[in-house]
Amino acid sequence: MSAPENPPLDLETLYRDSHVREALEALDRELVGLAPVKTRVREIAALLLVEKLRSSLALETGAPSLHMCFSGNPGTGKTTVAMRMAALLHGLGYARKGHLVAVTRDDLVGQYIGHTAPRTREVLKRAMGGVLFIDEAYYLCRPENERDYGQEAIEILLQVMENQRDDLVVILAGYKDRMDRFFASNPGLASRIAHHIDFPDYTPEELHAIARLMLEGMQYRLSPDAEVALREYIALRRTQPHFANARSIRNALDRARLRHASRLFGRRGTGLTREDLITLEPEDIRASRVFRNQPGGLPREPGA
Amino acid sequence: MRLTQGTFSFLPDLTDGQIRAQIEYCLQNGWAISLEHTDDPHPRNAYWEMFGMPMFDLKDAAGIMAEVNICRKTFPNHYVKLNAFDSAPGRESLRLSFIVNRPAKEPGFGLAR
Repeated sequence: MSAPENPPLDLETLYRDSHVREALEALDRELVGLAPVKTRVREIAALLLVEKLRSSLALETGAPSLHMCFSGNPGTGKTTVAMRMAALLHGLGYARKGHLVAVTRDDLVGQYIGHTAPRTREVLKRAMGGVLFIDEAYYLCRPENERDYGQEAIEILLQVMENQRDDLVVILAGYKDRMDRFFASNPGLASRIAHHIDFPDYTPEELHAIARLMLEGMQYRLSPDAEVALREYIALRRTQPHFANARSIRNALDRARLRHASRLFGRRGTGLTREDLITLEPEDIRASRVFRNQPGGLPREPGA
Repeated sequence: MRLTQGTFSFLPDLTDGQIRAQIEYCLQNGWAISLEHTDDPHPRNAYWEMFGMPMFDLKDAAGIMAEVNICRKTFPNHYVKLNAFDSAPGRESLRLSFIVNRPAKEPGFGLAR
């Protein structure tokens, strides 16, 4: 083989022209923490860009398998990242439309014999050209019930995942331990998923940063004392049962807004300023159930 | 006798690529696509059999192309047509309808007057 003079290839231009840069930067800016997830997303983006460059030189490019599994505790950002992933794959020209179809077991599995296949196919058709996000995927399979129709849905899913790889990307999501058990009972599925991504829990600092981002989005701000109260709240809430990371923080902020509103409503005779409307005070946070029986807490008024 | 019904019927049969482009056009306009088939192409036979439910909320032609191919495989000797329904207020009717499969040998039909 003669060695032709290779023109230098411009990956930088390709990177700039695709909308990958904005998508990756938005991912960095708007999602706190999640280092392993961001690394993997960046790797996938790099792979797809290099594949694009290779195909421009007519080099062999196998369409990479991009089916993914997101596992992690509740509220660690699995759905949010899936949404970003759809936009990213669209920017890279891998997903033609770049929409996300989020489904659960109920959307895929039917009620009686012959009901499952059309249902699953309809969902798959809707997801073509984009990303199919199956939340709590382990519910698809109920090994304890041998007449469960979930297995049928999995088989159709597998067939499409294998044969129509360019048409859609499937992302399965769920809690880590149950996902592992699900894959153990469906080895065919595990082997067809190239990327297993673990979502770590957030540290208290990350949760605090998330709270600030959320408040910024809702155009609220915390007074300095409220910042301290929030920090204490996060530390306490993390030790309590049913803690769902960022989701718990969002709920806490929603309840703080509720108390903020009723506090303002309580003094409606007096004049309110713009400052009053956007500032959360410590008592909005300290009235929470989390602080009950704690030194920093406020007594809870009945019915609040 | 070559059946001439619906859009494009005086043209040579559309290729799969052309059918796909037409489907993309329909989806861009927000029309819902359905498939119908029949072995009796008589013009008085207005009601062809539905093949599956009409497909709403689709974004990409790949799913419909797959459905077209399943229908062709199931009824290789039937006429298959693809309809695009526009649900916009004031319109609420078919906007486009064309044949995507015809039998190898078309016997035609008789007209009794």
